[in-house]
Amino acid sequence: MSNLTERFRAPQLQSALRWETGLAVVVILIFAIGSAASPDFLTGNNLFNLGLSNGEIAIMTLPMTLIIISGEIDLSVASILGMSSALLGFLWARGWPMPAIFVTVAVVGVAAGAVNGLLVTRLRLPSLAVTIGTLALYRGIATILLGPNTVSDFPTAYTNLGVNAVPFTGNDMTYSTLIFIVLAIVFGVVLHATPFGRSIYAMGASPEAAQFAGIRVKRIKTILFMVSGFICSLAGVLWTFRLNTAVQNNGLGLELSVVAIVLLAGVSIFGGKGSLIGVVLAVLAFAGIQNALLLTNFNQEATGIVTGALLLASVFLPNAGRWFRRLSHS
Amino acid sequence: MRAAILQNSPSQQAGRARQTGLAERVFRIRESGILVVLVVFVAVTTGVQPRFLDAANIQFVLVDTTTFALLALGETMVVISRNVDLSVGSVVGLSAYLSADLFASHPGIPIPVVFLAGLGIGLACGIANGIMVAAGRVPSLVVTLATLYIIRGLDILIVGGNEVDANQLPNAFLDIPKDTIGGIPDIAIAAAVVIAIGAYYLRTYRSGRDLYAIGSNPDAARLAGLPAGRRVFTAFAVSGAIAGLAGVLWAAQYGTINSTAGTGYELQVVSAVVVGGVAIFGGSGTATGAAIGALLLTTISSALYVLGISSFWDQAIWGFLLLLAIALDQTITERLTSALRKRRTRHE
Amino acid sequence: MDAAGSGPKEQTETAAVLELRHAAKSFGAVRALIDGSVELRPGEVHALLGENGAGKSTLVKILAGVHQPDAGTLTVNGQEVTLHGPAAARGAGIAVIYQEPTLFPDLTVAENMFIGRQPLGRGRRIDRRAMDDEAAATFTRLGVPLDPARIARGLSIADQQVVEIGKALSLDARVIVMDEPTAALSAAEVDRLFDVIRTLKAQGAAILFISHRLEEVFAICQTVTVMRDGRHVLTSDLAGLTAKDLVRAMVGRELADRPPETAGTAHGDPVLTVERLTREGVFTDISLTVRSGEIVALAGLVGSGRSEVARAVFGIDRYDAGQVTVNGKPLKKASPTRAMTAGIGFVPEDRRQQGLVMDMSVQQNVALASLGNLEKGGIIRASAERAMASDWATRLKIKYGRLTDPVSMLSGGNQQKVVLAKWLGRKPRVLIVDEPTRGIDVGTKAEVHHLLTELARGGVGILMISSELPEVLGVSDRILVMREGTLVAEFSHADASEEAVMSAAMGQQDTQQDTGNGAEREASL
Repeated sequence: MSNLTERFRAPQLQSALRWETGLAVVVILIFAIGSAASPDFLTGNNLFNLGLSNGEIAIMTLPMTLIIISGEIDLSVASILGMSSALLGFLWARGWPMPAIFVTVAVVGVAAGAVNGLLVTRLRLPSLAVTIGTLALYRGIATILLGPNTVSDFPTAYTNLGVNAVPFTGNDMTYSTLIFIVLAIVFGVVLHATPFGRSIYAMGASPEAAQFAGIRVKRIKTILFMVSGFICSLAGVLWTFRLNTAVQNNGLGLELSVVAIVLLAGVSIFGGKGSLIGVVLAVLAFAGIQNALLLTNFNQEATGIVTGALLLASVFLPNAGRWFRRLSHS
Repeated sequence: MRAAILQNSPSQQAGRARQTGLAERVFRIRESGILVVLVVFVAVTTGVQPRFLDAANIQFVLVDTTTFALLALGETMVVISRNVDLSVGSVVGLSAYLSADLFASHPGIPIPVVFLAGLGIGLACGIANGIMVAAGRVPSLVVTLATLYIIRGLDILIVGGNEVDANQLPNAFLDIPKDTIGGIPDIAIAAAVVIAIGAYYLRTYRSGRDLYAIGSNPDAARLAGLPAGRRVFTAFAVSGAIAGLAGVLWAAQYGTINSTAGTGYELQVVSAVVVGGVAIFGGSGTATGAAIGALLLTTISSALYVLGISSFWDQAIWGFLLLLAIALDQTITERLTSALRKRRTRHE
Repeated sequence: MDAAGSGPKEQTETAAVLELRHAAKSFGAVRALIDGSVELRPGEVHALLGENGAGKSTLVKILAGVHQPDAGTLTVNGQEVTLHGPAAARGAGIAVIYQEPTLFPDLTVAENMFIGRQPLGRGRRIDRRAMDDEAAATFTRLGVPLDPARIARGLSIADQQVVEIGKALSLDARVIVMDEPTAALSAAEVDRLFDVIRTLKAQGAAILFISHRLEEVFAICQTVTVMRDGRHVLTSDLAGLTAKDLVRAMVGRELADRPPETAGTAHGDPVLTVERLTREGVFTDISLTVRSGEIVALAGLVGSGRSEVARAVFGIDRYDAGQVTVNGKPLKKASPTRAMTAGIGFVPEDRRQQGLVMDMSVQQNVALASLGNLEKGGIIRASAERAMASDWATRLKIKYGRLTDPVSMLSGGNQQKVVLAKWLGRKPRVLIVDEPTRGIDVGTKAEVHHLLTELARGGVGILMISSELPEVLGVSDRILVMREGTLVAEFSHADASEEAVMSAAMGQQDTQQDTGNGAEREASL
């Protein structure tokens, strides 16, 4: 137990906790308003739907968190998802056996991440610009693979993974939710309790000092991008099975949601700060908002307004605090 | 990225002059380089498929390039100051729908009024961005990402499930992209004039030069007392206004507008700007270069189409070109500064 | 052109354009400036001398308007002023040229000079021709043919300085402060700079020239102020003074102030051997040995290349030729990880950017280089981490609130101890420390010295880079002196004196030694 308290006392965790607490309050509020607005909100069935519609996004926020904390960004995540989906459809339509397809998709995902990582670490290109380029490139590859076609004849054994509940959980948990929970725990432990995770914070907060402490910054960043590539290709597979459709624009534009959630979680865009608990809370907040709006018949696609507003709040509030303090001192 | 000014060893005047000339020349090549690529591209494609230089095709490409290049102008101003405006796609979409809707719900409304309305909408969005970035000291990436969402969301709310059909728009309006002078669309000429003015402004007025200074070395700019906040605010306001205007042109071009108009456009604009030689971290590049970048990307799409290569290759090609442009710029800068560098023993 | 020292009587009659009297400035517990005074006259080049830590840079920052003095007065053109910021200093006609100018790399030379106030033509358009012409005219006045239309990127530091000087002139600066302007220049560039300075002098500017190079000071300056330990100790015409006089003024201390000698333990086998290490343009043919139990100091002026050598040994920077051997095993190139595995620890010069992750806690910083040892099954054991931090905090007497406080809350001295703890926790066999007590209060300084001595007693070989002569002399067994990238002298503890070391560092070769400390040995290695 003291181990846990110890970890919670670390400064970045401490300032994060203040944010997390606020965020937790927001989540509770959202769920409260949601259930007030609609009696269906807190039903198991609805939670299941929540998981369905946000599972893949949630999963993608995990490696994105680590990348942003390390001081970089990956805007190609949705395109890797799309590319994996297209590849899945492409190979399936050509009769490949599913296990072989899984392996190929995973390898391609890792490779896509590796390209990002190498361009950023070896050529020293800014990750913002690189991943805008790979965003187009990977989406382009998806388009080349499938063209205007869709592949929709996946066997139910697999599509069930997308839409059915996990057995023994009483019909409420999607596979994607389960995967998210498991991955969140793994990423959380790695980030907060391992040398690897500690190095990520160090390089984000103080790239030079990290180097002087013997941390292998380039290697770790490349690994992070590769992990992101893998996770996004996993998300692509889940997405395809859920919709039983592989089409080139799967996941179009999702990267912005993913970044928005991570920033909402209190992860600093400059790197070096943030916590995974925050990310989980932010995912809940995001999903909750989407769902509450859906249940109250608010236009689904317009939920972007709320996400955007939350994003702005997440970057202005910390500054506002500092601003008020400065005003009160003068 | 810290643009480090490194020393050279000017033991001989002549030697130094030669090296200096080299630096200049290389940086200028970057810009004429894209022009050369464009020309070569056109030449090769026409060689294979003479249809490429048909009046109809040229017109088509130029109309497409018009909105694109205008947006590139606005984005250039922002990027030069070491910022980015990701909300332009959403602004175009909102402006396109609202202007089309104005025609549909107020038949007989004078066309210039609609243009002004579109400009106004864009300006309002730009001002909002500008205030947040300049006053809030928050990265423009985050702010414009958020406004991208918010404006798109507003657009969707307003549009609902509707769309404005081309039939609801006056013919005079829809003809705007079609009018040509000597085979070149009016709007392309107008855009070229606007871009020339923009480029001239950036080159010849103090406030334009301030943007370059702010992007080149923000700390030095602050020390020199330049009004960074005001300049950045103006850049965003202009970018927004241009996007608003481009939205109206979009409506004239496509006629049928729903809530998806302009989705994803911002990334294409950023690509055009970077390919056109504007450094992603600011301080250098010209609006003309960015416009050529826009023209190049549109030409490539058109060429692919004419050559019978499926347009599905478009996006992958830009992505690749963008990466190439960034990598090239970085390599050029590094090689150049290290060629000019000769560290002395006493430098720490 | 004036010869240095002509007509001193005349010049002392001219009214001073700037007078700083009895300025003092403290930063927290550190008293950077205790009693600083300087008087600048038009048409005169005035030298400011002093070791690192003597207070020169604080004095310059006060003149630049960056800091406001806690005490003392500043008078410009007969009127007392308080400079609230750099803009105020500029307005008062004071320009400061720093060692590393900050220009806009993407703008032209002329634009760099005139940014924000470019000459305007019709319709408020920038008149580029006029701007280039004015810039060219300024450069002609200075006697340096720079092309106003070329971009600033790639300009040599020498040229950048000229641009800054041109800018100062175009702003009508009457006082020009040059902070170690020659540190990064070649001989030819220095000559050119001196011509520029003579021109400025002839035009009536008052120039404050800060440098460590006495030959330059004698060549270009007429008067001098020497500072030591934050205080002004000497102001005089240069005529009639010798280099030795100046060095003595800079370092002269009571012998009693010397810290105690090292333990003089028998030194063991070499733990670190560096052979002919070379990095083109930075350092050449560096060879040295550090034995177990020995403290070797690497002295020299700022810019002599010492930190670069250390960073190359540790693997942060690359080197072009040579060999590093640790405990008899050769160390392959450029990797901090390999250096750490071989047993080298490195306490870098810049505590805040390189030594510590300021946002992290005391505990986390102490553990940062030892995470591999604190983990079990991949997880960092918080109890082990806490124990390690607590243990070292006690041993090094680190003062902190809680181990989980951000390290930025600690004082400079305690922060430095955290950096030391981080490395000591790895039980290194070789410890390289770069300016171990810079910016630290006296009490903690002594503690750090004691710690280093203890470590050596325990068998660690220490390579200490330092610019503080008492430290160099007091703690080390041997002193190596670097100058402009090469090793120029070696002294044993017994043979060394502050003046001898300082002279070697500055390139003053006295054939006679009359400090009473025995013959000075000068060996090129």
